[in-house]
Amino acid sequence: MATLTVYSAPGAAVPTTGFWTRARKAGLAFLVIGVLAAGIFGPLARQHKSARFTFTQTITGAHVDIPAQPGAIAFGLLCAIAGAILLAWGRAARMLVLLISLALVFLVLSFLCWQVASGRNSTVLPLGDLSNSTVKAALPLVFGALGGVLCERSGVINVAIEGQLLTGAFAGALFGTIFSSSWAGLIAAALGGVFISALLAVLAIRYLVDQVVLGVVLNLFALGFTGFVFTQLMAQHQDKYNFAPVFPSWQVPGLSRIPILGPAFFQGNFFVYLAIALVVLVHVGLFQTKWGLRTRAVGEHPTAADTVGIKVYRIRYRNVLLAGVIAGIGGAYLTIGDVGNFNANQTSGRGFIALAALIFGRWSPFGATLAALLFGFSTALAQVLSVIGSPIPQEFLSMLPYVATIVAVAGLVGRVRAPAADGKPYLKG
Amino acid sequence: MTEPGGGSSPDKDTAGEAELTRDQNRTDAPGVPAPGAPAGRQAAEPAGGTGPEEPTGSVTQRFGRTVLDSILSANTVTVTVLAIFIALVVGAILIVVSNPTLTSEYGYFFGAPGTVLADSWSVVAAAYANLFKGAVFDPATVSGAINGTNSWSQAFAPLSETLTYTAPLVFTGLAVALAFRGGLFNIGAQGQAIIGAIGGAVIGFDLPLPYGLHVIVALLGAAAGGALWAFIAGALKARSGAHEVIVTIMLNNVATLLLGWLIVQKGVHDPTRTDAISKNVDKTAKLPTIPGVDHNIVRVHLGIVLGVLAALGIAWLLQRSTIGFRLRAVGANPAAARTAGMSVGGAYVLVMVLSGALAGLGGGMQVLGTTASSLTAQVTANIGFDGITVALLGRGKPWGVVASALLFGALHAGGNRMQSFSHVAIDLVFLVQAVIVIFIAAPALVKAIFRLRAARSGGTPTTLAKGW
Repeated sequence: MATLTVYSAPGAAVPTTGFWTRARKAGLAFLVIGVLAAGIFGPLARQHKSARFTFTQTITGAHVDIPAQPGAIAFGLLCAIAGAILLAWGRAARMLVLLISLALVFLVLSFLCWQVASGRNSTVLPLGDLSNSTVKAALPLVFGALGGVLCERSGVINVAIEGQLLTGAFAGALFGTIFSSSWAGLIAAALGGVFISALLAVLAIRYLVDQVVLGVVLNLFALGFTGFVFTQLMAQHQDKYNFAPVFPSWQVPGLSRIPILGPAFFQGNFFVYLAIALVVLVHVGLFQTKWGLRTRAVGEHPTAADTVGIKVYRIRYRNVLLAGVIAGIGGAYLTIGDVGNFNANQTSGRGFIALAALIFGRWSPFGATLAALLFGFSTALAQVLSVIGSPIPQEFLSMLPYVATIVAVAGLVGRVRAPAADGKPYLKG
Repeated sequence: MTEPGGGSSPDKDTAGEAELTRDQNRTDAPGVPAPGAPAGRQAAEPAGGTGPEEPTGSVTQRFGRTVLDSILSANTVTVTVLAIFIALVVGAILIVVSNPTLTSEYGYFFGAPGTVLADSWSVVAAAYANLFKGAVFDPATVSGAINGTNSWSQAFAPLSETLTYTAPLVFTGLAVALAFRGGLFNIGAQGQAIIGAIGGAVIGFDLPLPYGLHVIVALLGAAAGGALWAFIAGALKARSGAHEVIVTIMLNNVATLLLGWLIVQKGVHDPTRTDAISKNVDKTAKLPTIPGVDHNIVRVHLGIVLGVLAALGIAWLLQRSTIGFRLRAVGANPAAARTAGMSVGGAYVLVMVLSGALAGLGGGMQVLGTTASSLTAQVTANIGFDGITVALLGRGKPWGVVASALLFGALHAGGNRMQSFSHVAIDLVFLVQAVIVIFIAAPALVKAIFRLRAARSGGTPTTLAKGW
C-alpha cells in the first residue's frame, strides 16, 4: 500500500533504508514467533504421542508420523532459524519470499504437531482433505479477487465484491431451482453479479459517487435485497424456490490420484476448472493483449489513454460489468456449486477477504489467487482442526481466516502500489 | 413529489457532474454551512418562463418564489425527500414481486389488469400503513385512549418504540460520522458495538455496585470496549497503512465469534438456561425508563437523551475545539495537515478511539436499555451497519445523524409491526435504507430522474476517494 503511505497514512512512515529493512523486521518477527512456538506448542503437546499426517483424503493410506513434542519444538526452532537468517542477512532479494514462506510453513507445522496429537476425536490429519477444503474455501475468493483485478486495473475500486458474490449465490439458487437446471442458475448468477456491477459502474463512472462508500452501500443493498426475498419467498417455500441442482464433480483421470494436489485441483466440479482457466485467461489477457494494455493504461493514466484515442468510459464500463460476471459466478459456487440452497448473508464477509487477497496479491491475477489460497488454507485448517477435536475452542479456530487477513494486510503486505488512477473518477476535457 | 415547473431542466447533466466534482474537490464538503437557501436563489434564474411571477413582485411573492425554487432545485432537503420516496417505491415493487399470490395474478395481467393493480395496491398500502402505525401512532389506540378502552401509554407505544430503536443508532451513526470527518471509513461499528455490549453487560452482571453508579460504570465499560476494538484498526492504519475498511470488517467477524464464545463461558453464561445466553444485567445497571409508566409498553429509556447529548458533544468537538479542528484538517487533507505539523497517525488513532467509544455505547445501550437484558449472539442486531447508512444519510453532521437515526428508528419500529401484521419481512427496511443512501450519495442521479434544477448542495456526504 505504497499509495496509502503517500496519501493518507501516517506520520510514522515505514523507513525503507537504514538497518531496519523490511526483511530484517520480518526476520525479527519470525525469530520471536518461532522461539515462542517452540516454547509454547512443545510443552503443550502431549508427551509420547505422535501426530499422523496421511496424504489421502481419509485417515488411512500412506502417512508420516511425527512425534508431537520434539516435532513442535523442532519446527518452531526451524521457523526461528529462518527468521534469524533473514535478520542477519537483511537484504530484500529473491530469497526473501522463499525464506518467509519457509518460516510460515515451519510455524504451521509446529502448530499442527501440537494440535493433531492433542485431538479429542482423532490424532490423524488427512492432508488430502485439507488441500481439498483449502481450494473449496478459496474458490469464491479467487473469483471475487479476479473480479476485483478487472475493476481496479481499469481504475474503479470494487468494494462491492461481497454484494456481487451474495447476489450471485442468491440468483444461482433461486433461478437454478425455478428452472431446475444448474446451468440456468449459473447464467442467472452471472446476471446477478452484473446487476450489482451495473449499479457500481453507473454510479461510480457516470455519477462520480465515492467508490469506497458506494461499494459498502451496495453491499448493504445486496444484503437487504437478497435477505428480503429469502425470508419472504425462499425460506417459506424451500422446495419451490431454494432447492437447486448442484454441479457434479468431474474427476480428471490420472491427475486426480496425485497425493495432496489431486484432491485439491482435479476432483472438483465445473467451478474449480473454470477458476483455473480464468486465472490464466485474465493474466494473459491483462498482460499480453490489446485489451489488457488498454485496461492498464486507463487504470494508470486515463488522460494519457484518452489522448491516444482509448475510450476510457467504455473500457471501464466493460471491465466493471465483466467483473460482475466473474464475481457472480464465484458467488454461485457457494450455492449451486456446493450445497444447492441459499441462506441469508451466505457470503459472510468473503467478499472483503477477496478484496484483501486482491491487495495482498498486488492487483495481479496470480498473486491474488495465491493470496486467496492462503486465506482458504486458514479456513480449511480451522474446519479440519475442529473435526479432529482441537483443544482450541471452535470460535477461535474460525477467527483464523479473519486474523490472517488482518496480519496480511497490516504486516506482510509491505509496499504495494495500487493502479495510479484507482478510485479516481475520470472527467473528460 | 410534484413535477418541477415546466418540466424543463435548464442544465445538462454534464454540468451537474462537473458541479459534483467541484463539491468533491472542496476540501471539507460536509463542514461548510448548509448551502440550501443561497443555492435556491442561485438557481432562481428564469427557466422556461413557467415560474409564477417576475422576481420584482411583492415581498411575499419573492419569498414564495424563493421557497418554491429551493424545493424544486436539487438541494439537500429535496434530494433527501425524493430519495426516501424512491426507496419506498422500490420497496413496494419488491413487496409485490415477492408475494406468490400477486405474481401468479400477474401471469394473466392482461385478462384483468384492474384487479391485479388494485390487489397489488391494497397489499402495499396495508404494509406501509402498518409501517406507519408501528412507528408513529395507530388511530385505533389513540381513539381507544380517548374513549378509555385502552391506556394512553398504548397510544404512545409506537413513538416510544421508534425512540427506543433510535437511541443506539444515534451512537453508531455518530461513530461512523465522526470517523468520516477524520478521513476514515469505520465500517467496524458493528464489531465495536458488540465489544461495547460485552463490556457493558459483564460490568452489569458481574460487578455489584449501587444504583446510579452502576449504570455509569457499565456505560463507561461499554465505551471502553468499543474504543479498544477500534484502537486496533486505528493503530494498524497509523503504523502500517492497513486500510481501515478491510481491518474493521475483519474485526467485526472476530468480535461476533468472540461474543459467541463468551456467552457460553462460566461466569457469563446463565446457569439456569441451556441455550447460549448470558446472565441478566442487574437492575441497578439498567438505564432508567419513564417513571410511573409500564416500561413493557413504553420502552423508551434514558439512552435517547444521552444520544442527543452525545450529538451535542460531537458537534461542539468538531466545530469548537482544537481536537476537532485537527481531526477535520487531517480528514480533509492529510498531506497538508502533516505539513502544518499535525500528527496524522495520532489523529487517526484518536478518531478511531472516539468513534469506537461511541459505537461501544450504542452496543451497551442494547443490553443496558430495554431492548435486551442479557447477551445473546444477536444482541447488537444490525446497529453497526445501520450506523453507516445513518451517517451517510446524515451527511456526516451530528444533527443530521440524529435526524436520520430517527427516520431509521421509525422504519425499524414500523418494520416490526409490518412483519407481524402484514407478513412483510423486516429485511425490507434494510433494503429501503440502502436505497435511500444510494440516492443520497448520488444527488445527480436524483436530479436526473426528477429533472430538478441544479443547486450547489447535496453533494456526496464526504470525500474519501483517495484510492487505496
